[in-house]
Amino acid sequence: MMDMLRQYLSFPFVQYALVVGVLIALCSSLLGVTLVLKRFSFIGDGLSHVAFGAMAVAGVLHLTNDMLFVLPMTVLCAILLLRTGQNTKIKGDAAVAMISVGALAMGYLLLNLFSTSSNLSGDVCTTLFGSTSILTLTQAEVWLCVGLSSAVVVIFLLFYNKIFAVTFDEDFARACGTRVEAYNLLIAIVIAVIIVLAMNLVGSLLISALIIFPAMSAMRLFRSFRGVTVCSAALSVTCALLGILISILGGTPVGSTIVAVDIAAFLIFSVIAWLTRKAG
Amino acid sequence: MEQLQCKDLSLGYEGRAVLSGVNFSVSAGDYLCIVGENGSGKSTLMKTILGLMKPLGGTIRWGEGMRENEIGYLPQQTAVQKDFPATVWEIVLSGCQSRTGRRPFYSKAEKELARKNMERMGITAFARRCYRQLSGGQQQRVLLARALCATQKLLLLDEPVSGLDPKVTAEMYDLIQGLNREDVTIIMISHDISAALHFASHILHVGHDIFFGTVEAYQSSPMAKRFLDTEGGENA
Repeated sequence: MMDMLRQYLSFPFVQYALVVGVLIALCSSLLGVTLVLKRFSFIGDGLSHVAFGAMAVAGVLHLTNDMLFVLPMTVLCAILLLRTGQNTKIKGDAAVAMISVGALAMGYLLLNLFSTSSNLSGDVCTTLFGSTSILTLTQAEVWLCVGLSSAVVVIFLLFYNKIFAVTFDEDFARACGTRVEAYNLLIAIVIAVIIVLAMNLVGSLLISALIIFPAMSAMRLFRSFRGVTVCSAALSVTCALLGILISILGGTPVGSTIVAVDIAAFLIFSVIAWLTRKAG
Repeated sequence: MEQLQCKDLSLGYEGRAVLSGVNFSVSAGDYLCIVGENGSGKSTLMKTILGLMKPLGGTIRWGEGMRENEIGYLPQQTAVQKDFPATVWEIVLSGCQSRTGRRPFYSKAEKELARKNMERMGITAFARRCYRQLSGGQQQRVLLARALCATQKLLLLDEPVSGLDPKVTAEMYDLIQGLNREDVTIIMISHDISAALHFASHILHVGHDIFFGTVEAYQSSPMAKRFLDTEGGENA
């Protein structure tokens, strides 16, 4: 088995997949805690559907690099959703549902009406579950991924303290003169970037899992914000690596394998948390 | 020295006034309690003072050098915080956020300030503990230490003793009184009218009628008599 693995690892497309997979896993885990605690999870879910719709439009328009279209669209929707979500709670929820389901339906409709591909359901499946797209990345896409994920990590590190302050207590931060709206916007934009990136790895339907599972697992065991963040980043990267390797060896779809490993990690962490609470 | 002056303030949501004609001023070292029935607009008033909401009319004027870097706020706890993975240290340090400006990380001086304020509130021993595992009184001390990192002059407290048992409540009042003696101005929303009369120097009673003045003047006002008959009867 090791020989087989070594042979696979010598292929450039496998190396690309590992590099990009690790970077995406790292980025997506960083904001997980904030997303869960700020009750922003629904925005992440809604945005992933928007990204699917945008991907379909890009496909219909025959764009060579669809990320250049999908990214601005998703960022735009992130800003729109945040605006509506803040004013009134219920209307915000409904707006997210409308935009996300609408984008999903329109995307599939467009693909059906205008697609030139002979394997339509295969295309849709790839976009939704990312079945093979991580293994078919071009070099340009890899560089775009590397650039965007580095930007996400740098922004997160620079604004770490402010993100913590805004997540823990918006009112206090606002009273201190911190520009809460600006930081919420920044968080939403970063989430949009992460979602577009992660579409390559796990497909648009499974993105939330990549963002939320590592954070929830880390929150079982760690008590400090920093501890939770570091742990969820490490866990997410480990799970992504394991998932990609398993899927290469076993021939399983990459995205769902990674999510399956994430779920297993969550269960293990829950059991450990339960045992330590029982012992202590 | 006058730190805050509100003139003919009216406030509320979406153009509908909850309170209007609010006039009061706060000088350095004052201990002002804001009292009134439930839903009379006490919290709305505090949010307006803090700049979280825009007033519908009237003016809020801050004294020399006040604003932003000089106000500490102790909000009521939100549901999010009850399950938040953060250590006491991380939370207290976040009180320094207005001091950093564009600098992304906290400086040595700010960490020292956080350390000093944790000592002041007697929570140094909990520094590495998780916030959600502390008791209600300990959590309030943490939030108070955080507020003190944001100010040396003026604290705004939104019902700091709600949900605490009588012994912890008394300790909390002592802490706040101690800070006031160190020349920190206190503006506090309170449900507990007897404590307000005992500790405060000034009272702002909001509702249908509005009273502002010293505790002595308040006690002899007809408004206080009516209020104490209904509210005080329950608490006594």
